[in-house]
Amino acid sequence: MKITVAGETKDFNEGLTIAELIKQENVENPDYITVSVNDEFADNENFSSIELHDGDVVEFLYFMGGGSYDIL
Amino acid sequence: MIIISKDDFYKIVDRALSELPNEACGLIAGRIEENNKIIEKVYLLNNIDKSNEHFSLDPKEQLAAVRDMREQGLSPLGNWHSHPSSPSRPSEEDKRLAYDKTASYLILSLMDKDKPVLNSFHIDGDKAELEELVIKE
Repeated sequence: MKITVAGETKDFNEGLTIAELIKQENVENPDYITVSVNDEFADNENFSSIELHDGDVVEFLYFMGGGSYDIL
Repeated sequence: MIIISKDDFYKIVDRALSELPNEACGLIAGRIEENNKIIEKVYLLNNIDKSNEHFSLDPKEQLAAVRDMREQGLSPLGNWHSHPSSPSRPSEEDKRLAYDKTASYLILSLMDKDKPVLNSFHIDGDKAELEELVIKE
């Protein structure tokens, strides 16, 4: 099946989950990413159970934040 | 070195002032030439924390910005945020949440609102290194 990951369309085996895709794509710091599938954000706790389908469009986004409360 | 136009610098300043007392935030994109980063577009995103001491980018807006960069052939260069009442340097929380050591982290201090200070940093673990920033006419 074909899935578009970060703008690039690639071939993957059927039954691929988000967790498996993260591994195959060697995503760094996977604990800190948000994943959207067809513009819907997936629940991080369900990455291992959400299967991807032919034609899906997946994006990986790193959480970006910070704070000035503990500036030294 | 990272280069930002005067217009984009004031775009960040104006946004940060308009968001007071809260922190403001966004993304920067552009191109890399001979190890110099040239900012060509500043994205103004909402701080979903709506806090004067913390920020988180809105993931939906972040997604839209990433796609816009891709469509325009721009490279993601990093992000920016404001410190409404503290200096232009990374806090411990800024360092903890900086996952990309190649990114430029721009911090605008509004301690003196008439003289905003913008600095750029590379952050690797608990180490933050000042990156030369040039504001170009």
